[in-house]
Amino acid sequence: MSRLKRKIAPYLLVLPGGLWLLIFFAVPMIAMLSLSLQEGDIVAGYRFTGHWQNYTDSLSAYQTQLIRSLIYGAVATILLIAIAFPMAYWIAFYGGRRKGTYLFLTLLPFFVSFVLRTLSWQQILADEGPVLSPIRDLGLVGPAFHILGTPVAVIGGLVYNFLPFMVLPIYVALERIDPRVVEAARDLYANPIITFRKVVFPLALPGVFAGVLMTFVPASSDFVNSEVLGSSETTMIGQVIAAQFLDNSDYPTASALSFVLMVVLLIGVFTYARILGTEDVMKVAAR
Amino acid sequence: MTTPQHSVVQARPATHAAGAPAIEFVGVHKNYLSHGETVPAVKRTDLAIVQGEFFSLLGPSGCGKTTTMRMIAGFEEPTAGQIFLDGKDVTGVAANKRDVNMVFQSYALFPHLNTYQNVAFGLERRKVAKSEIERRVGEILEIVSLTGMEKRSPREMSGGQQQRVALARALVNRPRALLLDEPLGALDLKLRQQMQIELKRIQREVGITFVYVTHDQGEALTMSDRIAVMCAGVIEQLGSPREIYERPASRFVAGFIGTSNIVDGHVERTEGGLALLSYTTQDRVVVPVPQSVRTGDKLEVSIRPEKVDLHRTLPPVQATGGSVLSGTVTEVVYHGTSTNYTVATAAGADFTVFDQNASNADDLAGRGDRVYLTWAPQHSYLIGV
Repeated sequence: MSRLKRKIAPYLLVLPGGLWLLIFFAVPMIAMLSLSLQEGDIVAGYRFTGHWQNYTDSLSAYQTQLIRSLIYGAVATILLIAIAFPMAYWIAFYGGRRKGTYLFLTLLPFFVSFVLRTLSWQQILADEGPVLSPIRDLGLVGPAFHILGTPVAVIGGLVYNFLPFMVLPIYVALERIDPRVVEAARDLYANPIITFRKVVFPLALPGVFAGVLMTFVPASSDFVNSEVLGSSETTMIGQVIAAQFLDNSDYPTASALSFVLMVVLLIGVFTYARILGTEDVMKVAAR
Repeated sequence: MTTPQHSVVQARPATHAAGAPAIEFVGVHKNYLSHGETVPAVKRTDLAIVQGEFFSLLGPSGCGKTTTMRMIAGFEEPTAGQIFLDGKDVTGVAANKRDVNMVFQSYALFPHLNTYQNVAFGLERRKVAKSEIERRVGEILEIVSLTGMEKRSPREMSGGQQQRVALARALVNRPRALLLDEPLGALDLKLRQQMQIELKRIQREVGITFVYVTHDQGEALTMSDRIAVMCAGVIEQLGSPREIYERPASRFVAGFIGTSNIVDGHVERTEGGLALLSYTTQDRVVVPVPQSVRTGDKLEVSIRPEKVDLHRTLPPVQATGGSVLSGTVTEVVYHGTSTNYTVATAAGADFTVFDQNASNADDLAGRGDRVYLTWAPQHSYLIGV
C-alpha cells in the first residue's frame, strides 16, 4: 500500500500543473491551429477547410513587420545586456547589505501597470514633452526632430519594460560566483580587466543566456510599445496579430501569424541554445 | 610580544642584500571598520620569514593570522607599516603584481576550466610560451600526482584532488612564497594526515618558502620549521615547534599549544637557580628561575602533562628532588596510547597527567584515589620570562 502510494505521489504532485497546462495551453493551441486552417468571414462564419494558404498569404503580406519585430527584439536584447550587466554586477559585488533594496528598486516599476508606464513614456517623449521642448528651445535640435513614432522610442520602450528580466538572471549568476575565485584570478597575475574577461564574465554567461530567453521572446512579440510609442513605420508583428483578431475579426490570418511567429522564435531560441548551450557557453568563453 | 632570543627585527638597511628575508613586515598594522568602529586585526607587527622555510601562522579564529596572510598576498593593505618581498617594498602593490601565490581554504578553483587550464592560468597571464606552459604544467601535475587528470573539471574531482590542483596551480608559477590558508581544513582526518606529509615532501622538492595559516596546533607542530603563535592581532611567540612547545612565552601559548598545567604561586625561597613555591607542608613546585626572581614574587609555572609521574604512595623526597603535589583523582580517561588523569591538587583543581600505556598493567589509580604527582625541576617552565 505504502509502496503504491510512493509510486503515485510524484504523479499526484504534477497533476494540478499538468491539468492546467492541458486546459489553458494545449487546448487553445489546438484550437488556434485549427483556426489558422479555416476559411470564411465574420458574417458567414469560419469553416475548417485545411486552407494552408492562410500561412503563405499572411507571411507575404506581413513579412516586413515580422522581420522588423525580430530586429527590434534583437537590438533591444543587445541593449538590455549592455545596460543590465553593469547594474547586476554593481548590485552583486558592491550592493553590500542593501542588495535586497537595490533589487527591489529594480522591480519597483512592476507595481505600476505595464500599459500605464508605457503611456507615461508617451507623455515624456512627446514633441511638447519635458524632454524635447527644452532641448528644442535651446536650439540643440530642429523643429522636425521627433522621438515619438521612431524606432528609437519603440526599442527604448522595450528595453525599459524588460530590464528587470535581464537584470535578475544575470544578478543571480554573478551572486553565485565565489569571491575567492575572483581573488584567485588576481593572485594568478590577472589584472581586473583580464579577471573580468576570463573568470567573471564566463561564470555569468548562464545568467545572460537565461536573460536573453526571457527578453528576446516577449520583446519580439510585444504589441504595446509600438502601439503607444511608435507609428505606422514601426508596426510590429504583435500589433498586426492583435489588429487581425480584435479589429478585423480575421481569426484565421491572426492564428496563422501567431503560429509563424511562434515557430520562428522557437527555431531562433533552439539555434541559439544549440550554439551557446550553457555548458558550451563557458567552454567557448574559456578559450 | 616576541621572545627576545628569536626576535628577527632589525632596523632596515638602506639597500637590501641578497640574503634578505623572503617576507618581511615592518611595523605593520591593520584596522578594520566594523559597525562604524575601528577594530585592530593586526597590531604593529614586525616579522621576517626566511627564504625556503616552512613558516606557520597559528592561532584561534579572529587572531589576525588570515589578515596577515592576505596582506602578504595583496588582498588587504596595511593601515600602517611596510611589507617587503625579497627585500622589495610591495606595500600598495596590487595582488596580481606580487610574486606570491595562494592556496585558498575552499581551493577557489575556476569552475569553468579543467585541471590543465586551471594550472596554466598563471603562466598564461605571464605570457609564457605555450610549449613551456605544457612542460611545466605536466611537471607540476606529476609532483602532485595528478597526471592523467588534465581534462577533468573541478566538480568531477574529490576534495583531495581539488586540493592538489589548487596547490599545483600556485606552485607552477614558482612564486617567491606560497601562502596556504588552512588548506587541509576541509579534508577528513586520514586524508589530512596524508596531505601533511605530502605538503612537506613537496616543499622540500620545490624549495619554495611556505607560509601556512592554521588553527590546528598539531598540524603546525608537525610541519613547520618555525611557528608564529598569534592572539588578538599580536604575535605572542615566534620560534621552532620545540621551543614553542617546551618553553611557551605566555599563558596563552602554553594553553593553546597542546595541554598545559598552569599553576600560580609565591616564591618561598630561591636556591641555586631554583625557586620553591609551596602550598602545604608537603605540596611544592620547584622551578628553574633567573637571578632576578626574589622571595615573595608571584610566578606562573607551566607543566606538560606527559612529564608528570603519578604515584599511589608518596615517594622519598631524594628520589624526586623536585616538585610534589598530592591530590585526588577526579577523572580517568583511556586514550589507547595513554591514559589521562585529572587530579584535584592544592595548586590547582584540574591538574592533567598523561600516563603512557607502556605496559599492559591496569590503570595506576581510579576515581577518588589519593595520589602523588612528581616531576623533575627542569620540567617546570616559568612563563613569561
